[in-house]
Amino acid sequence: MLDDFLMRALLAGLAVAIATGPLGCFVVWRRMAYFGDATAHAAILGVALALGFQISIFIGTMVVALIMAMVVATLAGRGWAMDTTLGVLAHSALAFGLVAVSFLPNVRVDLTAYLFGDILAVSRFDLAVIVLGSALVLGLILWRWQGLLMATLSEDLAQSAGINPGSERMVLTLALAVVVAVALKIVGALLIAALLIIPAAAARNLARSPEMMAAFAMAIGAVSVFGGLQLSLARDTPSGPSIVVIAALIFLATTLGAALVQNRSAR
Amino acid sequence: MSLITANSVGVSYTGRRVLFDIDFQINRGEIVTIVGPNGSGKTSFLRVLLGVVAPDKGRITRAKGLRIGYVPQRLHLDPGLPMPVSRFLSLPSRQSPQAIAAILERVGVPDVARQNMATLSGGQFQRVLLARALLTRPDILMLDEPTAGLDQPGVAAFYRLIEDVRREMNCAVLSVSHDLHVVMSASDRVICINGHICCEGAPQVVRAAPEYRALFGLGTGGALALYQHSHDHVHDEDCDHDHNHTKEHAHHAG
Repeated sequence: MLDDFLMRALLAGLAVAIATGPLGCFVVWRRMAYFGDATAHAAILGVALALGFQISIFIGTMVVALIMAMVVATLAGRGWAMDTTLGVLAHSALAFGLVAVSFLPNVRVDLTAYLFGDILAVSRFDLAVIVLGSALVLGLILWRWQGLLMATLSEDLAQSAGINPGSERMVLTLALAVVVAVALKIVGALLIAALLIIPAAAARNLARSPEMMAAFAMAIGAVSVFGGLQLSLARDTPSGPSIVVIAALIFLATTLGAALVQNRSAR
Repeated sequence: MSLITANSVGVSYTGRRVLFDIDFQINRGEIVTIVGPNGSGKTSFLRVLLGVVAPDKGRITRAKGLRIGYVPQRLHLDPGLPMPVSRFLSLPSRQSPQAIAAILERVGVPDVARQNMATLSGGQFQRVLLARALLTRPDILMLDEPTAGLDQPGVAAFYRLIEDVRREMNCAVLSVSHDLHVVMSASDRVICINGHICCEGAPQVVRAAPEYRALFGLGTGGALALYQHSHDHVHDEDCDHDHNHTKEHAHHAG
């Protein structure tokens, strides 16, 4: 079954969707959208370093993403103006990464694979790493769910309940770095943040509780992966962007649906 | 035994000294009210006792296994986060529907369990925050300006509720307030803070102390209003006055 590249692509995509669903909810609730962008863009720098030092791309992107996330978190703690700081860091990391890749002498790198993903080229080994990474992220979030939710609502409230908001923030930072590393192959550095935010935002229109929203975000992510792959096969479109396009259409549908329902109940 | 003790505690933010030389303790069942002008460090005081900020001088000692029920001044709810009241009350630990119904009944908002937090009125929201704190069966309730934004009868009702709850649960209450008058009738001790502890004692003592008078009495008409409404023997006259006022209105209307 795993010999089929389509099956591998589908499984890898579903695994990532299951991790990005709940994590994406926290990204939305904590307004970390740009934070996610900066972390994801740093992945290209990670790719360059990994190729330069001949280490695993997963490790390279994860380490650089983690460093970027921690730098941003530290600067945020010191009261820097976040939109500017993130804008500088996100795009600098991307630019440095692109330039660094061009310096690599003997490597012919197909950059589009890293910028937009290459889900149809997922190998058995890739699949194993992706499933493992996604399971790790999902497990981490489920395990800390109450604490994460509490710290998201109010750090003071969390502290009063004996929950350290700093370590909850660390959990999310770590989860984000892992997701960036595993999702790079699926949608690429430029669209990882989309996979985090769009399913969660679409789920918001349907959900009445945080748990429901996380579950819907997973489901919407999974449907997007499935639909995106079908679209990619049928029309020969790039697979990563196709997945995001389906997610965006679902977002549009749930938003319009929610508006309709609200209108009807208002009358 | 005291629940929380502060020994010569000092707090600074980025070099700016906010609190200094704070010695404080609170015992089981006590109601203590913190008052002070804006920027006097009241909220910082609460936050250092909570453990949100670390003191850079002195030390805070909390009783072992101390359960704190914290009621923040306000809670910003991101519109992206759907949060029904019943779910909110299950933080940090899960609660049975029975326990949730009972506590909502107790704080006087029995019908809101299924509502989204964002749809509550200011008074309902405040009571739900209190309900959540009570569900943790706290040794001490910490309230940061819990009545901000409530009207006069709302404030009075809220403080009566706190008093009743304190009696039932035998927890200490530490409340930060900008409203001396209403709080004074309820509390055992009032502590006036302006960077350090200016004065402390039974409600009447604080009002009379020159330090306190200096703090609020300089200048403005607002401070004067505070005097008019701020103590026990005038309290009766206040009531009469309000009463007459209402009657006048009724008269006009008729």
